[in-house]
Amino acid sequence: MVSRRRIISLLICLTMVSLVGVATAQTPTEVRIGVYEPMTGAMAAGGQMTYEGIELAHEQKPEVLGLPVRLILVDNRSDKVEAATAVTRLVQKDKVHAIIGSYGSALSMSGGPVAQAAKVPVMGCSPTNPLVTLGNDYYFRACFIDPFQGRVMAQFAFDKLGAKTAAIIQDVAQDYSVGLANFFREAFIELTGNPKAIVGFTSYQTGDRDFTAQLTYIANAKPDVVFAPGYYADAAVLVTQARSLGLKMPFLGGDTFEAPEFIEIGGKDVEGVYFSTHYSADAPITPASEEFVALYKSKFNKPPNTFAALGYDCYMLVLDAIERAGVVDPVAIRDAMAKTKDFVGATGIITLDANGDATKSAVVLQVKDGVFKLVDVVHPR
Amino acid sequence: MTLEIFLQNVANGITLGSLYALLAIGYTMVYGILRLINFAHGEIFMISTYFAFYGIAIFALPWQISFVMAIALTALLGVVIERAAYRPLRDAPRTSVLISAIGVSFLMANLGLVIFGGRPKTFYRPQLFQIPIQLGRIRVVALFFIIPALTVVLLVILNYIVYKTKIGLGMRAAQWDFDVARLMGVDVDRAVSVTFAIGSALAAIGGIMWGLRFVEINPNMGLFPGLKCFIAAVFGGIGNIAGAVLGGFLLGFGEIMLVAFLPGLAGYRDAFAFILLILMLLVRPTGLLGEKQRVRT
Repeated sequence: MVSRRRIISLLICLTMVSLVGVATAQTPTEVRIGVYEPMTGAMAAGGQMTYEGIELAHEQKPEVLGLPVRLILVDNRSDKVEAATAVTRLVQKDKVHAIIGSYGSALSMSGGPVAQAAKVPVMGCSPTNPLVTLGNDYYFRACFIDPFQGRVMAQFAFDKLGAKTAAIIQDVAQDYSVGLANFFREAFIELTGNPKAIVGFTSYQTGDRDFTAQLTYIANAKPDVVFAPGYYADAAVLVTQARSLGLKMPFLGGDTFEAPEFIEIGGKDVEGVYFSTHYSADAPITPASEEFVALYKSKFNKPPNTFAALGYDCYMLVLDAIERAGVVDPVAIRDAMAKTKDFVGATGIITLDANGDATKSAVVLQVKDGVFKLVDVVHPR
Repeated sequence: MTLEIFLQNVANGITLGSLYALLAIGYTMVYGILRLINFAHGEIFMISTYFAFYGIAIFALPWQISFVMAIALTALLGVVIERAAYRPLRDAPRTSVLISAIGVSFLMANLGLVIFGGRPKTFYRPQLFQIPIQLGRIRVVALFFIIPALTVVLLVILNYIVYKTKIGLGMRAAQWDFDVARLMGVDVDRAVSVTFAIGSALAAIGGIMWGLRFVEINPNMGLFPGLKCFIAAVFGGIGNIAGAVLGGFLLGFGEIMLVAFLPGLAGYRDAFAFILLILMLLVRPTGLLGEKQRVRT
C-alpha cells in the first residue's frame, strides 16, 4: 500500500515538474548552456583549462537576447561512458539549449550521438578527430582537424628537422591519438616518398606508466624523430623514460602536449620537444586575440593557453549563433551555428564548413627553458 | 632481436617486476592472515604518494623525512581503515567484508579527487635515484638496483617478523582460526592491526618507489597497479609472500617481453595480464607457490 501511494505521489510530482518544464520552454527566462569537460582523470588539465576560458567569456558576455546565460558544468571524468552520461544529463535533466565540449576526441565522439538524438547543438572546443563531426549535423567545432594537424607535424619533421625516418608511439585507447598517428604516417610517407619511412610503430594505453619496452624497440629502429601523440601526463612520463634509456632524437606530439603538467612532470627531459597546437599568445591573429590575452592575464595572472582560448571562442560562437537565431530554441540555434561565417575569434577567423569544422592555422611550439616557445606558424592551403 | 636489446628488456622487466612484487607483498600478506582481498590496497598506495608529495611540497620537509613520515602515516591509515571498515564485519559473511573493501577503495579514490584535485602532481625526485648507469650497452637508472634490493630486504624482514617473533606467531595463529587463537591467549585484534600496519607500510614503500620511477601521481593511479598486484599475488599463490614476489616479477617480465617481441600488440598488455590470471586460475587455482586450500568454518 505504502509503495503504491508513494508511486502515485511520485507521478504527481513528475507531472508537475514536466508541466513546469513546458511552461518554461514557452517563455524562456534564461539561456542554459551545458558544458561537459574532463575536470578529473587523465585529461583533467585540458578540461580545466578549457573551462577557464568558457568562464572568462561568460563573465564578458553574461546575457544574450536580453536573457541571462547560465553555464551548467558536468565533469565527464575523462571517461567515454561518463561523457555520454554527462550529455544525457545535460539534455534531459538540465534541458540545455546548447552544449560546449569536450576536450578529448573520444569523449566528444561518445557524447555526440546523444546530443544529436536530442537535437541539441554542440560546439566542440578542441576535439580534433574528423569523426567527431562527420555524420553528426548537431556537432560543430572551433578547431582544425587531425588530417591537417598530422600533416603539419610531418611537414615540420621533414622540412625543418630534416627527418628521413620516423617512429610512432600511439595511445590505442584514444581515437585522437590513433587518428593523428595515422594522418602523420600518411603525410610523412608521402613527403619522403619512401613507403618504409616509418621505421617503428607501437602503442600503449592511457594511464600506462612503463614505456621501457616500447622505447627499447624504438631505440633499436633508430628513427630520426619520434611522433608520440598522447595526452600530456602519459607523454611526459614517456619522454622522461626515453631520455633515461638514452634516446636522443627529437620527440614530436600534438595539441594535447600543451599543459603545464607536461613541463612539470617532464622537467628538463622534455626540453626540446616539439608539438603543434591551435594558438599561441606570442602570435596574436585577430583583435579578439589581444583582447582575450589581456582579459585572461588580468583574471588568472598567467599567460593564456590554447584550450582557454578555444573555450572562450566556443562560448562566443554559441552566443553569436543564439543572437543570429533570435530565439532560444536548440534547433534554430543549430541552424544558425551551421551558418557561422567569418567569426572573429581569439584563435582566428572561424568559418564552419559543411561538416561543421573550422579551417585554421596551426602553430608549432617547442619546450624551451621550461616554457612553450613559438617556432612556426603553418597556414592551411 | 639482438642479445643487447634482449638484455635491455630483461633490465626493464626487472625494474617493473620488482615494483609489482613490492606492492603484491602487502596485498598477499593481508590476505594470508585475514582471508580478505583488500581492494583498498591500491588506494592506500595512492594516498601514500600524496603524503610523501605534500610532506615535501607544503611542509618543506627534506625528502628522507617526508618519505619516512609518509610510510608511518600510511601504516596508521591502514590500521584506521581496518578498525572502521573491516573489524565491525569480522563475523559477517566474507562477501560483506569484500564489498566493504570495494567501498573503501571507491571512497578513498573519490576523496582523493576532492582533496588533492583531479590534475596530476609531480613527485619529487632526488637526483640520487636517477643516476644513469651504463652496464655494457644496457642503460638503467639507480632505481634499477634500489627497488629489487629493497624488495629482497623487505622479504627477509617480513619472513623474520612472521616466523620468528611473538606477534608473527599471533598472526599465524589468527590465520588458522580466530576463535581458537583467542582462546589460546592470542590478542587477535592486535595481530590484525599489526598486519594492516605492515601491509599498508609496504604499500607506501611501493608507492614512493612508484613515484620515484614514474614521476606523475594522481588520485586514480591506485586502480591499475592495485589490479596488477592482485594478479601478481594470485599468480604466485595468494597468501604466500615469496609467491607474491615471484608473481610480481613474472608479471613484469611477461608484460615487457610481450611488448618487446610483439610491438604491434603493445596495446594489449593489460589484457595479457588478465589472461595470465584466468589461465592460472583454470590450471592451478592456488597459484605457483600456493598452499593447499584450507576451508575455515
